[in-house]
Amino acid sequence: MAETALTNSAQSPVLTPGWRGIADDWSSDQRAFKNVSWGKAMMWIFLLSDTFIFSCFLLSYMTARMSTTVPWPNPSEVFALEIAGHHIPLILIAIMTFVLISSSGTMAMAVNFGYRRDRTKTAVLMLLTAALGATFVGMQAFEWTKLIMEGVRPWENPWGAAQFGSSFFMITGFHGTHVTIGVIFLIAIARKVWRGDFDHGRRGFFTSRKGNYEIVEITGLYWHFVDLVWVFIFAFFYLW
Amino acid sequence: MVDVPYDAVTDVPPAEVPEVDLYHPKSWWTQYVFSQDAKVIAIQYSLTATAIGLVALVLSWLMRLQLGFPGTFSFIDANQYLQFITMHGMIMVIYLLTALFLGGFGNYLIPLMVGARDMVFPYVNMLSYWIYLLAVIVLASTFFVPGGPTGAGWTLYPPQAILSGTPGQDWGIILMLASLILFIIGFTMGGLNYVVTVLQARTRGMTLMRMPLTVWGIFTATVMALLAFPALFVASVMMLFDRLLGTSFFMPALVEMGQQMKYGGGSPILFQHLFWFFGHPEVYIVALPAFGIVSDLISVHARKNIFGYRMMVWAIVGIGALSFVVWAHHMYVSGMHPKFGFFFATTTLIIAIPTAIKVYNWVLTLWRGDIHLTVPMLFALGFIITFVNGGLTGLFLGNVVVDVPLSDTMFVVAHFHMVMGVAPIMVVLGAIYHWYPKVTGRMLDDWMGKFHFWVTFLGAYLIFFPMHYIGLLGVPRRYHDVGEAAFIPSSTHTLNAFITVMALTVGFAQMVFLFNLVWSYFKGRPSGGNPWRATTLEWQTPETPPGHGNWGKELPVVYRWAYDYSVPGAAQDFIPQNQPRATPALQGAAP
Repeated sequence: MAETALTNSAQSPVLTPGWRGIADDWSSDQRAFKNVSWGKAMMWIFLLSDTFIFSCFLLSYMTARMSTTVPWPNPSEVFALEIAGHHIPLILIAIMTFVLISSSGTMAMAVNFGYRRDRTKTAVLMLLTAALGATFVGMQAFEWTKLIMEGVRPWENPWGAAQFGSSFFMITGFHGTHVTIGVIFLIAIARKVWRGDFDHGRRGFFTSRKGNYEIVEITGLYWHFVDLVWVFIFAFFYLW
Repeated sequence: MVDVPYDAVTDVPPAEVPEVDLYHPKSWWTQYVFSQDAKVIAIQYSLTATAIGLVALVLSWLMRLQLGFPGTFSFIDANQYLQFITMHGMIMVIYLLTALFLGGFGNYLIPLMVGARDMVFPYVNMLSYWIYLLAVIVLASTFFVPGGPTGAGWTLYPPQAILSGTPGQDWGIILMLASLILFIIGFTMGGLNYVVTVLQARTRGMTLMRMPLTVWGIFTATVMALLAFPALFVASVMMLFDRLLGTSFFMPALVEMGQQMKYGGGSPILFQHLFWFFGHPEVYIVALPAFGIVSDLISVHARKNIFGYRMMVWAIVGIGALSFVVWAHHMYVSGMHPKFGFFFATTTLIIAIPTAIKVYNWVLTLWRGDIHLTVPMLFALGFIITFVNGGLTGLFLGNVVVDVPLSDTMFVVAHFHMVMGVAPIMVVLGAIYHWYPKVTGRMLDDWMGKFHFWVTFLGAYLIFFPMHYIGLLGVPRRYHDVGEAAFIPSSTHTLNAFITVMALTVGFAQMVFLFNLVWSYFKGRPSGGNPWRATTLEWQTPETPPGHGNWGKELPVVYRWAYDYSVPGAAQDFIPQNQPRATPALQGAAP
């Protein structure tokens, strides 16, 4: 890995393992997280904040589900599809989950190639990730359409507690928005990689700062987070 | 005194982060309007917050006029009174205090105090301000929409917040929620900047334990805000859906005007939990920057190092952490399980420990100090007294059995105005008197400042002390006219009139302050770079007001903590943070 891309994280001299090292880092000057660039630190802290948002959404949904006095619709049945005469519960959600988890894999590969400064492979893998993400959003749109056709509304549904529809549209909608923003980011960054912005030190349009390949990893952090959130939504909303 | 690993001049650690290009403005627009410079953004934040804060101030006068002389002012009816209290509370807590402490003081002081050239992501920082401005405009627009602003109270409790009996049900509540959502998005952009700047962009020699307590206070408050605002965000989104789409997240089955509403199955208590999971940390989001700033004011103007610096830091962090596990003490009358009440009363009272540590340390800093009764110092002293008084009534309200009879009385109003209204405002004012010379290069007028302080300080007590008494009598809050009730003696009405006169007097003093701000900008005495002879980095800038990039060619190097005042044997009674230890005369002190 001689061609490791230059990030603006300088090499710190000695990394002491364990708590001692953490205490050393935090009591040092200049930076609390050695080898962590500003952008990466900022993304991590943003994700921590975003975790609280999704936690609040999920906890509110669970409160509604646990305290409702009318029956909660059975997600296995609601999200079942008839495929070639077979009644398969949760099949669409399973495929969506598979697609999204796969996109995490392609994202990780893109990060790897980014640090090797392999422009083409990085850009292609990022676009593939974006395509998988767009597929996920497309399938979610299909799922929404199907449910709306069956009479599910934010304020009512044919099978039971009204909060089922409210929570479903709100949580999947909020997560789908995150995925969509991720797709847009992936395409924008892939374009910059493809164009060679990070090799030639081209300045950003808004910030007038030079970027570097680390932005691929930062985008990846966001993308993996969105996937992880989906795992929780899958577990708490669909499998419960 | 903190250990100094970089003791000698020769042992300066190498720069870990190479200089990042600053955005250099190319036109008047990018220099003063769409500016990416944290100092300009700070002034934009401060002016916007002050402007909307003035609206809230006028609303408080209108409320007091109604309470002091009920029936006299025909243009204030019950609905408008509710709208006034709602807008007054929301503006003061969020759009004034939060924005001013974090967006205003945070933007100005963090880069200067930690020795950075700017925030880490200036473009995002700029967006933060413009989204905040949009939130303020959306909020202010509710005064002009049909039905007016919402009258749900600043807590916006459902179901009443979106029922037709509450004023502002048409547009007010929708725009209020939209404005809150915008505020949180904008704040997150700025808040991420403040946190990363403190963690990752300090100058050489600036360890976390050498940072001025101002930075510690703002930093901890920002971290808390990033974790607490999500709850308000989610609550706002869900209530917006309840109002617009007819979902029932917070709305139980209801009969309104004899009609069964289509809502059902929602939980109003869920909203209260979400709201107060935000709302209680919010109290400390406002208080912690005040704690930090006041520590610095006291140390500078008493010419003494802060007593127990490390304890002060840990107390700030401890208060920040504890404030996330006390929220349900706002909900003792919501019918919660008594064991929950016991738990939350216990955690609430535990907060008194780190808070008391801070108060003792402030007083011990003053003890045998060379106290200069400058205007910032007067406000700092006023803060300590006010905070202690407000905190003591907090002990009453933190206990379930005492809180239940006092709930929703004027006692609560008096308590939170003392502890998170008057006290932080004292610090805001003191801080403006303290840092105005750095921002403008001119001193604020001293005589007007002293007049402002004494009227504000004494006036605040004359307003809120009687209010405690009125509350103990059982006078409820949020009533526009208490009328003739058997339990309310007629002297209460006299007291209410007195409070109103005092409130208008204090309001007049604020106008003097505003005049002072403008007058001194043009006519004030030139201050020089370091008028208070302070040690922290922002006073050591090569230019005053600091230029673009703050530091000229070379970033400052820090050799000591922020509190080297009256060091025995030193040439001056203060030693700037960037003065090397071994050879005190090598680097010039204040320019």
